[in-house]
Amino acid sequence: MSSTTETSRGPSDFEKPLGSAATTVASFDEAGSGPLKRLQHFLHNYPTAIPFIVLVISVLAFSAIVGERFYATRNLAIVLQQVTVIAILGIAQTLVILTAGIDLSVGAIMILSHVVMGKLAVDSGFPVPIAFSLGLLCGLVCGAINGSLITFLRLPPFIATLGTWNIFNALNLWYSESQTVRPGDIDAAAPFLKIMGTSLTINAAQFAFGTVLMFTLAVIVWYMLNKTAFGRHIHATGDDEEAARLAGIRTDRTLIAVYTLAGLICAIAGWALIGRVGAVSPNSGQTANLDSITAVVIGGTSLFGGRGSLVGTLVGALIVGVFSSGLKLAGLDVLWQVFAVGLLIIIAVAIDQWIRKVSA
Amino acid sequence: MLSRTLRALATGAVAASLMGGTAYAADIVGLITKTNTNPFFVKMKEGAEAKAMELGVELQSFAGKFDGDNDAQVDAIESLISAGAKGFMIVPSDSAAIVPTVKKARDAGLLVIVLDTPLDPIDAADATFATDNFKAGELIGSWAAKTLGDKAKDAKIAFLDLAANQPTVDYLRDQGFMKGFGIDIKNPKKYGDEEDPRIVGHDVTGGAEEGGQKAMENLLQKDADINVVYTINEPAAGGAYQALKAAGKEKDVLVVSIDGGCPGVQNVKAGVIGATSQQYPLLMASMGLEAISNFAKTGKKPEKTPGLDFFDTGAVLITDKPVDGVPSISVEEGLKKCWG
Repeated sequence: MSSTTETSRGPSDFEKPLGSAATTVASFDEAGSGPLKRLQHFLHNYPTAIPFIVLVISVLAFSAIVGERFYATRNLAIVLQQVTVIAILGIAQTLVILTAGIDLSVGAIMILSHVVMGKLAVDSGFPVPIAFSLGLLCGLVCGAINGSLITFLRLPPFIATLGTWNIFNALNLWYSESQTVRPGDIDAAAPFLKIMGTSLTINAAQFAFGTVLMFTLAVIVWYMLNKTAFGRHIHATGDDEEAARLAGIRTDRTLIAVYTLAGLICAIAGWALIGRVGAVSPNSGQTANLDSITAVVIGGTSLFGGRGSLVGTLVGALIVGVFSSGLKLAGLDVLWQVFAVGLLIIIAVAIDQWIRKVSA
Repeated sequence: MLSRTLRALATGAVAASLMGGTAYAADIVGLITKTNTNPFFVKMKEGAEAKAMELGVELQSFAGKFDGDNDAQVDAIESLISAGAKGFMIVPSDSAAIVPTVKKARDAGLLVIVLDTPLDPIDAADATFATDNFKAGELIGSWAAKTLGDKAKDAKIAFLDLAANQPTVDYLRDQGFMKGFGIDIKNPKKYGDEEDPRIVGHDVTGGAEEGGQKAMENLLQKDADINVVYTINEPAAGGAYQALKAAGKEKDVLVVSIDGGCPGVQNVKAGVIGATSQQYPLLMASMGLEAISNFAKTGKKPEKTPGLDFFDTGAVLITDKPVDGVPSISVEEGLKKCWG
């Protein structure tokens, strides 16, 4: 520590070695920058690249192995249709996982909302716009319940949504009495509910409105996540909740808003489901929550919060669809599809762990 | 790491498809079952694969993840339409909800054959090959009533059914048993609306051992004097027997079932099940395949059994304690015809 008033003093004894000390500023010691390290840095900055690469490789591989039956537009359009409902649930799940939470009740909320929509419109004779809105409201309320349990009662998201999953399932079975709402009745009373199932046929390939809905929803949520303050708050809350709170972000409100929004998106998924199946089946969607988590994880969103993208989730859902279709057409038994999905999940999370180690 | 796994998968897929045998030019036929775990469907799939090889068609099989998984069956039908299949056989998990997708398939020119569980409405399919489930229930019902003789009017009956949404196979067998036993069934398309005091209660099993055991325990709690147990199928009966054994009641209770699989018929021999109605899944699968193969070649659709909305593949009572007025075959003969 040198005094500023006495400029005529030379270096003291203990200061003499300073002259021969290194003068560079402290910096990170990058242990070699071989291609693997460069790849790690690139993936750290653009994590969504991985699912894209996997998707492209798998489409090419299956096209080569299976041939025309796989890459025909008709088949690829079918794959797109089959992943639509899970992809919409994946959008909801991505929002939740970005906050380092998890929502096990997405499937139950979707089914409960779509049962409410269907039964109110068909069995109770409500006018269709009211029944539809009440269905969406149901999803909103369920999501708000999740959010409240997590913020006010400080329950871990896994536990809270595990509990609400069972509760919403029970409410669904109670209200629907396990009866399927018949397709003929829906056609007669509320054809609007099935609108997401109508499709345009272009060149023998069918594109359902549900797929258009999925893309529209994805664009809106993407804009919110990346271009609005609320979106940045979501990322911050997920990355480090305490730091975000200390920085002035209302993390409690952000979390409740995220879960409520997720609930609303699940209700929209329920609407798309009615269009796809053409009936309201209360026993559907038992494994939808795990399927949505699979799509999010394979899409590169980190389960530890703060990092990830919506586009990744859509690509993740497509990867699962492509693998299922490709393996099936290649003649393999269904169990290999399940095996492949499990393998993809493990690889995706392992890669996420690997690229997290990089500083910037 | 990533490319190695993909390479391994690709090699495996190539190897499997090379071993597949049938050329791409072969007609594609689909088989969609409820699950891959119930031995009934496993046998059906095996029978279908054997018949497909004999007829020279390519069989693509699909199944749901659980009994009631409608979504997987919707996906499967769409995959078959896109693959250009000539037709498919399906055991519907939700007999009403699958109807719009079946209509899509029929509109696309595929022949839809329903096996075992009729659709609701039944004419939504091109043809149905099924056991007359009502008759199968009646056989075990009348056998149980005649075996009890005078005690039938004071019997206490537990009903171990399939699922809360009462698919066709569920209510047909349940109501058939009641009719055979002599209970007023009120609405034949629904169970649970009857008022007979002999009915202790209904509970659902999901058609599996675990569900059967839980349902039996629940109903024993309701009334410990149950002496007749109707079960939807033999796995559920097996589970029910475990519960009865745990309660020490296995000698006093008459258990009846429907299926006729080899493990089930062994259970009849061992005294676990009193009598079972045997049905023929292999026959359903091979008749279905023949019908689709015929349709692919000639465009002709299959015919129904006169007087019924479907083609009856038969139900035969198997027991070692025959009673008058109810035709049955012995366990030895049943073992010869059993499946699984």
